[in-house]
Amino acid sequence: MATNARELTNTEFLYGHRACAGCGGSLALRLAMKVLGPRTFVAIPANCMSAVSFLYPQISFTTNAMISPFPATGAVLSGIEAGARALGFKDYSVVGFAGDGGTADIGIQALSGAIDRGDRVIYVCYDNEAYMNTGIQKSGLTPFGSRTTTSPAGRNIPGAAGRKKDMFEIVAAHGIEYAATASIGYLEDFLKKIGKAARCRTTSYIHVLSPCATGWGFPVEQTVEMGKEAVDCGLWVLAEYEDEEFVLNRKPKEFSCVGDYLKKQARFKHLKEKEVEFITANRDKKWEKILKNWKA
Amino acid sequence: MPGCRIFVSGDEAVAEAVRLARPHVISAYPITPQTVVVERISDFVEDGSLKSEYLHVESEHSAMSAALGAAAVGARTFTATSSQGLLYMAELLPYVSGARFPIVMMNANRTLATPWALLSDHRDSLSQIDSGWIQVYCEDAQEALDMIIQAYRIAEDPRVMAPIMVNLDGFLLTHTYEMVELPGQEEVDAFLPPYRTGNKMDLDDPKTVCYAAMDEYMEFHMKQELDMRKAPAVIAEVDRAFGDRFGRSYGGMVEPYRCEDAEVVLLTLGTVTGTARVVVDAMREEGHRVGLAKLRFMRPFPRQEILEIAGRVKAMGVIDKDISVGYEGIVFTNVNSSVCDLASPPPRINFIGGLGGRNISKGHVRGMFGQLLKLAGGEGMERIQFINVGCEHNG
Repeated sequence: MATNARELTNTEFLYGHRACAGCGGSLALRLAMKVLGPRTFVAIPANCMSAVSFLYPQISFTTNAMISPFPATGAVLSGIEAGARALGFKDYSVVGFAGDGGTADIGIQALSGAIDRGDRVIYVCYDNEAYMNTGIQKSGLTPFGSRTTTSPAGRNIPGAAGRKKDMFEIVAAHGIEYAATASIGYLEDFLKKIGKAARCRTTSYIHVLSPCATGWGFPVEQTVEMGKEAVDCGLWVLAEYEDEEFVLNRKPKEFSCVGDYLKKQARFKHLKEKEVEFITANRDKKWEKILKNWKA
Repeated sequence: MPGCRIFVSGDEAVAEAVRLARPHVISAYPITPQTVVVERISDFVEDGSLKSEYLHVESEHSAMSAALGAAAVGARTFTATSSQGLLYMAELLPYVSGARFPIVMMNANRTLATPWALLSDHRDSLSQIDSGWIQVYCEDAQEALDMIIQAYRIAEDPRVMAPIMVNLDGFLLTHTYEMVELPGQEEVDAFLPPYRTGNKMDLDDPKTVCYAAMDEYMEFHMKQELDMRKAPAVIAEVDRAFGDRFGRSYGGMVEPYRCEDAEVVLLTLGTVTGTARVVVDAMREEGHRVGLAKLRFMRPFPRQEILEIAGRVKAMGVIDKDISVGYEGIVFTNVNSSVCDLASPPPRINFIGGLGGRNISKGHVRGMFGQLLKLAGGEGMERIQFINVGCEHNG
């Protein structure tokens, strides 16, 4: 199973889709599929990726694939796996690609059930931090201060008020075999983690930050750069949960400027200095906890 | 294992039938009064007498979603639910039928909240008659057992390819005990061949299922309707084949009982049929020309059979253990839309009873026949009548 740029197959398993220019999510899916290969069953709930890849008769997946009901990715994956097991299939993967809302909001129950059962499925959350498919509405993974169409930034409210749910730690709290965070800014790290997930004997979970040029408001050629900068400024953390331990994968020697990262995106343009300071202080608190409790 | 006679509840009869039908995957979530089904099936998986993957899901929505995933790779699947659980999985019902997956589900008919109540009426399943599922209603435990086995053969028939909901009245049937003929495994295997389909994801021939189709949506659903129209013939054919092999058949879409020369006929659904049979026999002894017609299926709807009966009688009654608030009983609406094609349809009364499990006794059924006989004699009657209620109503 090739997980680096040199050995990765040239065969495409997802192409011809209708995603926006500069789409981070489609990059994550396309490359994950290259690691998983042709004997993969894919389930995708309502999200951008199902909307752009499944329009009969122009299907963009060359592998087996289906749209799952929005709340049910975890359960559909379990069903595919149970059916495949019962029918005696050999040498295959079962993967789901759900968005942030499909994972942290409407799909969290079915995800929890799948992990609890320990079915041998890979659950990938591609996180673009809002309901982008329906036109940029706030999800449970929209970060503080982000302007969306349902958390407008005005005189009284500075965009999204909540904190981003920590899906990685929520999933780890189930005692899952393997969970990891990733970013399309660090693709080889992401691919390596997909490879690890594919070798698991029970449920695995990968949470990949997938910047959205349309929803975040940045130039389309900067998607990968944005995914890097989120990690470099410390707002997104690359880590794994394995053998019941948290492991930090990347510790920037010095964080790049949070304010610079935020100000490159239209969704944060309205933030005032004190809000940027609040976001930075929360980052520092989070990292203090990580450095104290996680393996480096 | 050869066939034998066993003393079981309706729920246990369903579990035994599931064992005989050998589904690959079972996913289920417990809800009263369905629970005994999933408990017994768990026992069978534990003791090795049923070799199925059993998924403990965290909701009814996930129960049907997991069944969907398993059906999508060509597995035979089973699930069971009731009442609020059926409504919680309602999103999945058209999803599954639209994808043409022949999932079989047992539903223990229980009323809907609020007010909360545990006992049986048909408000749960009848709220889902537009979901694209075949719906069959059972009168007793034997029929329930037989229909689970028949359901797989009907659902998986390439002419049909539709999911089936096998309905049992909660407690009245799920929790009452009867002697039941349990067929032998070899006989069932001969009657119900392994499920084979091209409508699945396939490692050797990868494809997409449950896709989006904006331009073709209408054609897909027209095809679904045209295929569903073939289901009554397949249901009758499977009923005959079952009768030939096991000695029991149920008459296909509708079972008429003493309707031949009847002046008035009462239409029933589910266990109230048993009560009505006894009343028909007693009233026949007294010289009244009464009969009943047991509606076995609500979808596809037995329009033709109802027309034939309605064309011969002077008055017709329909018992509804449900109500579409703001109109009338749901079965009544369906019957009316069939009989209005007759040049002179018989006058009809809708008897609404049994809501939340309220008893419908022999006395009540006798009262219904009394009303129908008066109607047949030309007296004016209230069109919708509530049965066995403890308060006045303003008709």
